[in-house]
Amino acid sequence: MTQPTPSLDQVLPPILARHGNDPTRLVQILRDAQDQLEYLAPDTVTALARALNIPRTRVESCVEFYAFLHDQPRGRFRILFSDNITDRMLGNQALFEHMLKRFHLAPGQVSEDGLVSVGLTSCTGMCDQGPALLINNMPITRLTPRRVDEICDLVQSGLPLADWPSHYFKVEDNIRRAEVLLGSGFRSGDALRAALARGPEAMLAELKRSNLRGRGGAGFTTGVKWELCRKARADIRYIVCNADEGEPGTFKDRVLLQSFAERVFEGMALAGFTVGARQGLLYLRAEYQYMMPHLLAVLERMRAAGLLGRAILGQVDFDFDIDIHLGAGAYVCGEETALIESLEGKAGRPRIRPPFPVTSGYLGKPTVVNNVETLCKATEIALHGGAWYEAQGTKQSTGTKILSVAGDCERPGLYEFPFGVHVSEVLAECGARNAIAVQVSGASGMCLSPEEFGRRIAFEDVPTAGAFMIFGPGRDMFEMALNFADFFAHESCGFCAPCRIGTGLVQKMMHKIAAGQGTRYEVNEMLRLRELMRTTAHCGLGQTAGNAVFDTLQKFRPAYDRRLQDTDFIPAIDLEAALARARAMAGRDDADAHLGAQA
Amino acid sequence: MTVSVPAPHSGPAAGPRKLKVATASLSGCFGCHMSLLDLDERLLQLAELVEFDRSPITDIKHCGPCDVGLIEGSVCNSENVHVLREFRSHCKVLIAFGACAVAGGLPAMRNGLDVGDCLKEIYCDRVGPGGLIPNDRELPLLLDKVYPINEVVRVDYFIPGCPPSGDAIWKYLTDVIAGRMPRLEHPMLRYD
Ligand SMILES: Cc1cc2nc3c(=O)[nH]c(=O)nc-3n(C[C@H](O)[C@H](O)[C@H](O)COP(=O)(O)O)c2cc1C
Ligand code: SF4
Ligand code: SF4
Repeated sequence: MTQPTPSLDQVLPPILARHGNDPTRLVQILRDAQDQLEYLAPDTVTALARALNIPRTRVESCVEFYAFLHDQPRGRFRILFSDNITDRMLGNQALFEHMLKRFHLAPGQVSEDGLVSVGLTSCTGMCDQGPALLINNMPITRLTPRRVDEICDLVQSGLPLADWPSHYFKVEDNIRRAEVLLGSGFRSGDALRAALARGPEAMLAELKRSNLRGRGGAGFTTGVKWELCRKARADIRYIVCNADEGEPGTFKDRVLLQSFAERVFEGMALAGFTVGARQGLLYLRAEYQYMMPHLLAVLERMRAAGLLGRAILGQVDFDFDIDIHLGAGAYVCGEETALIESLEGKAGRPRIRPPFPVTSGYLGKPTVVNNVETLCKATEIALHGGAWYEAQGTKQSTGTKILSVAGDCERPGLYEFPFGVHVSEVLAECGARNAIAVQVSGASGMCLSPEEFGRRIAFEDVPTAGAFMIFGPGRDMFEMALNFADFFAHESCGFCAPCRIGTGLVQKMMHKIAAGQGTRYEVNEMLRLRELMRTTAHCGLGQTAGNAVFDTLQKFRPAYDRRLQDTDFIPAIDLEAALARARAMAGRDDADAHLGAQA
Repeated sequence: MTVSVPAPHSGPAAGPRKLKVATASLSGCFGCHMSLLDLDERLLQLAELVEFDRSPITDIKHCGPCDVGLIEGSVCNSENVHVLREFRSHCKVLIAFGACAVAGGLPAMRNGLDVGDCLKEIYCDRVGPGGLIPNDRELPLLLDKVYPINEVVRVDYFIPGCPPSGDAIWKYLTDVIAGRMPRLEHPMLRYD
């Protein structure tokens, strides 16, 4: 029961009209077009370029850039297994292979009847309920062999995804420890009312007093960021909420959006009020597309309640509304300037800074980019004041922090702790016994060994964007580093050479070592490359891409040593085999047509 | 640019000994060697410090024991493998010189194609004489892919750039000759 593919003339005009024929909405247009056409064929690209009056190459570069935009048919059911190390620890590889076998497919291949393809993707943010997959961007978690078989049956039956039993798509919150943010009841509108009563200047003063620092990773002081934006000379300003949450092992923003969306949006409106912006944009990662209907409904509710839209809460000169943009599968789009490029309908390549977004961001206007959690924290400050806020946490890291705990523990999920909590306390709370390592803050973060479990989660000691992945006895930390090497090589945007080439080389060397062909040479090379990327890459992705290899080499060296050969060097390739094709083509078999194994 | 280079000594008793340097181009465009010539008048200074063994500059065909080997270009055929192996076994320090040697560079653009298809298209599918893939044993066979040199032998140092500038080469060589850790900083460290 294949539906006929709709024609371009039917599909494109309504999509283009919905987006006002605006080329800065290209990514959204492409996503919508693909939803209906299944993939973006050359004709579609040409038609869109013409309709938007932009060069075809611009459309093409977008399609090529994003992992979730396809220029080839990908099947009516597009299945992607999340391939974070936490999924691997839960056995995703066997499930992946099982599904491939059932469909008689190779990874990424489309079945001949155009029904289905099965591939791998970077962490989908379901680490506490993995192994997980996405099917046409809808998540299915807690995979078991039985569940995989059921999915295969449903796919083969051809039943449209919308008609599948809804229990498959259930995503849990798993809030295990709640403090001020996750625990206290929040009455929609109260934070905004408090801010309006204070006025923007006083709100800013409270924010600065609170010493709130950004939760997206870099830890920039939020008050300073807002003030810079407010003071930047411009007619229009924007508030952007960064919900790209691509860092492997991080899933707190998903829960905040799933169950605290009002708070997130109110935080954005609060920011709008404080800096003088009238438009907010939520950049939602493609993997979280399933939340779209819910988020749109929340926005509608808030408009109806007078918390968004014109003259908010009766304040005549305060208009603010929020638009949601979907990403398309690119980790680098979490980087704020890449995110802005993506919002503007382009490939998400990080900009050269300065200028910083606070002076020249979205469409060249002053823009505040904040993480989802940061904006929630701002509502706490509006409600209770900066002094109250500052009393929690540590001196340089005030307030509480939500940790996304996954891996080898009894109770994976969200844990809200005041900053300054010891790693060992978190381990005890989530039921992790005899952990041999904790990877804090995702693939780009820091790997801690048991001697360091006394260290504290805080900007002054172990900073984090939230991920907290636990490795129990018997885990092989080389496997983690290998997984992350694959991740970075896949996610590098290719803009700058140190990262584009460096991540590729590190990946190759890690696989060479994994295959038992590595020597000390590769180890030295990787350390050198790490330093090169750290100091010369254009953005944070490349600068941190070597961290996991570096840390595990420092702290889990035997995991490497037992894979290394004791010789000076082993070529990466079988040279004799590399000549085989040309040998056969030329019909030669003389001595010069062979290469001995050694020099 | 002036760099002070102490005279190298091979040992406390022996007098100053010139370092031996060899250079070769595998599958490259000789652009890196042209850049070497961009040392201009510093070439004379270099000649004071080192003695050239096998190199397009000397036209010596095989290299003897050397201190430093500079390799331009990537590994594309069996002959490249032989030259590279000769360099590795004779040079104490082997330097990958330029983007092709470091990472495969321009020649590696054929890596998306099947080498058999390339040979067929060039020798068989075109109008004109021939129609056969040359099979003389004098001719080196093409490898299935183009490889950076460090996938075939151990490499000690890498000079990025396509080509690296004369200044970068000078800095690198004088560092090595003087026994310093060779290091390129911005703006000499570049990849294009
Ligand atoms: C490669 C990369 C990925 C990032 N991903 C995210 C992300 O998913 N979410 C996020 O909030 N910040 C992410 N950031 C940090 C943002 O660039 C930015 O600092 C942050 O959104 C600012 O918000 P904050 O001050 O509230 O933390 C990322 C940075 C880099 C370099
Ligand atoms: S560091 Fe990597 S991700 Fe960042 S700009 Fe360079 S290539 Fe792109
Ligand atoms: S690196 Fe550039 S200049 Fe050097 S051989 Fe290769 S293509 Fe030519």
